[in-house]
Amino acid sequence: MAILEVSDLKQYFYLEPTFLARLVGGKKPRVIKAVDGMSFSMEPGEILGLAGESGCGKSTCCLAIAKLREPTGGIIRYKESDIAEMSKKEIRNYRSEVQLIFQDPYESLNPRYTAFDLVAEPLRALTDKSKAEIKERVNETITLAGLTPDEYKNRYPHQMSGGERQRVGIAQALVLEPKLVIADEPLSMLDVSIRAGILDLIRDLSEQMNFSCIYVSHDLSILSNISERLMIMYLGRIMELGVTKEVITDPHHPYARALIAAVPIPDPAYKRPIPNIRGEVAQPIDPPPGCRFQTRCLQVMDVCRDTEPPLKDVKPGHAVACHLY
Amino acid sequence: MILEIENLKTHYQTEKGVVKANDGISLSIDENEVVGLAGESGCGKSTLIRTLIRLVPKSAHVTADKMEFKGQDILSMPDKDFREKILWQGIGLVPQSAMNALNPVYRVGDQCSEAIQAHTDYNKAECERIVEKLFDAVGLQAGMMKAYPHEFSGGMRQRSMIAMSLVLNPALVIMDEPTTGLDVLVQERILRNIKEIRKMSESSVSILLITHDISVIAEMSNRIGIMYAGRLMEFAESMELFNDPYHPYTLGLKNAFPSIQALDRELISIPGSPPSLLGDLPGCLFSYRCPFVIPECEKARPPDLEIKPGHFVHCIRTDHVEEFRKLAGDKKTWQSSKSAT
Repeated sequence: MAILEVSDLKQYFYLEPTFLARLVGGKKPRVIKAVDGMSFSMEPGEILGLAGESGCGKSTCCLAIAKLREPTGGIIRYKESDIAEMSKKEIRNYRSEVQLIFQDPYESLNPRYTAFDLVAEPLRALTDKSKAEIKERVNETITLAGLTPDEYKNRYPHQMSGGERQRVGIAQALVLEPKLVIADEPLSMLDVSIRAGILDLIRDLSEQMNFSCIYVSHDLSILSNISERLMIMYLGRIMELGVTKEVITDPHHPYARALIAAVPIPDPAYKRPIPNIRGEVAQPIDPPPGCRFQTRCLQVMDVCRDTEPPLKDVKPGHAVACHLY
Repeated sequence: MILEIENLKTHYQTEKGVVKANDGISLSIDENEVVGLAGESGCGKSTLIRTLIRLVPKSAHVTADKMEFKGQDILSMPDKDFREKILWQGIGLVPQSAMNALNPVYRVGDQCSEAIQAHTDYNKAECERIVEKLFDAVGLQAGMMKAYPHEFSGGMRQRSMIAMSLVLNPALVIMDEPTTGLDVLVQERILRNIKEIRKMSESSVSILLITHDISVIAEMSNRIGIMYAGRLMEFAESMELFNDPYHPYTLGLKNAFPSIQALDRELISIPGSPPSLLGDLPGCLFSYRCPFVIPECEKARPPDLEIKPGHFVHCIRTDHVEEFRKLAGDKKTWQSSKSAT
């Protein structure tokens, strides 16, 4: 049974020009299609990598899944129930089973809370555990996150390093034993030498506690290391989705190929190929008909200009949205 | 030799004591060479840049045995001379988050020619011609000179900053995290632009590239320095540094850095975090996180040993390197360091 099923998710934002701009400048309302028809599903315990350039809709997609924003269209099913039609009680339960790990541990922790209070907050808000139970659970979770409770529980965020703060952020997300964790670039603010530790932590805990994880990042080298399946997005749509190793070593979509070719390699002897792509990333405002990658694709055909390619399997478990296949 | 620094120290006097942000850095940059400096946040990368272009605050105490740019002493040179002769004409700068460094109310082309007008007596048309040529070199259309910064994407702004740093044909350009925060395809384009500029420029340009991204450093640099806690831990030719690393910190960083070319390699982090730069720590500053530490490491500052010609290592245990290299690939090794236990 899939833990999460997203079908045809759409999130549009409407740009309404002011009355004056419409009257004098003749400006028309425009639509930003941040997410425009995404469908995928996740199995329990799976780590799914979500890659794409900034502005491609990665975070918007996550916000909709976390039920922090009502999508314009499409259905998100969690354990087979539509999250848009949940009762208040079910929503409360959903909030405790779906948790977020944020990008910036310097911004996302309340500076006036101690580590203990930060981790206890979700328990206090969403469960009716007693003080003693909360204390026990918090200490347990802080230990799981790789910190010693005695040393850290009374510290404020400013008394911790970035890596320690991110561990508190992870403890915060895991204290309710969630079934789905959305990690939005949890490493981008951290130093290289400690990144691997946080990656291991997420991977090990996901196995231990059996939660699924959507790992969002623009860094393909990190995603290739942590995720089991990899999803590459471009302007609100999935371009390629498959087992990480297959997508990285044998990318099919011209965009995925360019993206992977552009990743620098920590080896001075490596000669990186020049990615086959032109232009710069377009805006998802009133996209033209057809494939949204057509403006940057070097293999563009006539059919790309009027028909949007569907995401279809090229191999079992490896799907590509391109007319070439 | 474009730049020669020996034993550079930048110490900040703060209320809590002396912060040794740069503590004994020696490096050199040859003509037409890219030197990359890698290091974590707080390792003194940015202080080094600020010291080189005199942007350190007044409270900073800068000393060096030698700090020469093209044979001129730039440590004792009067401020006025430094501003007029060295900055822009000798040393160009692409600042960190250069994307936000442009003035939003001036046209980008005008901002680029401002430096030319301030330092030379070229007329407007000549200035424009220079900027146009550089815009072309970084892949921006000449028409974009008339645009305002908000009309540019992040990558275009960054490229215009690179063009700006080159307007007066400096012999050295310092680039502080030139691609950090940019998407990988935009980063690729900028790195390619930098390579092209080096090929086309009539008078050669050297680059001091500072970033935390080891893969960018590996791709761009002729020589690489690894910084930690205000000191250079290892400095060598890039191939040499990657194939024959000596310092335990370099070994650790290599294992911690992911690569899409090595999907099955396990990543190993270095437990702990860098030490406070406040006050006097007698020994090696990496000793607290080093799994190969012995009591001697904490007693005295290690010398910068020249292991092979041009390969410097800030470590006293280089004779055990074979053993270290073997052990560094094992996760357990790193969990034995003081900071992990």
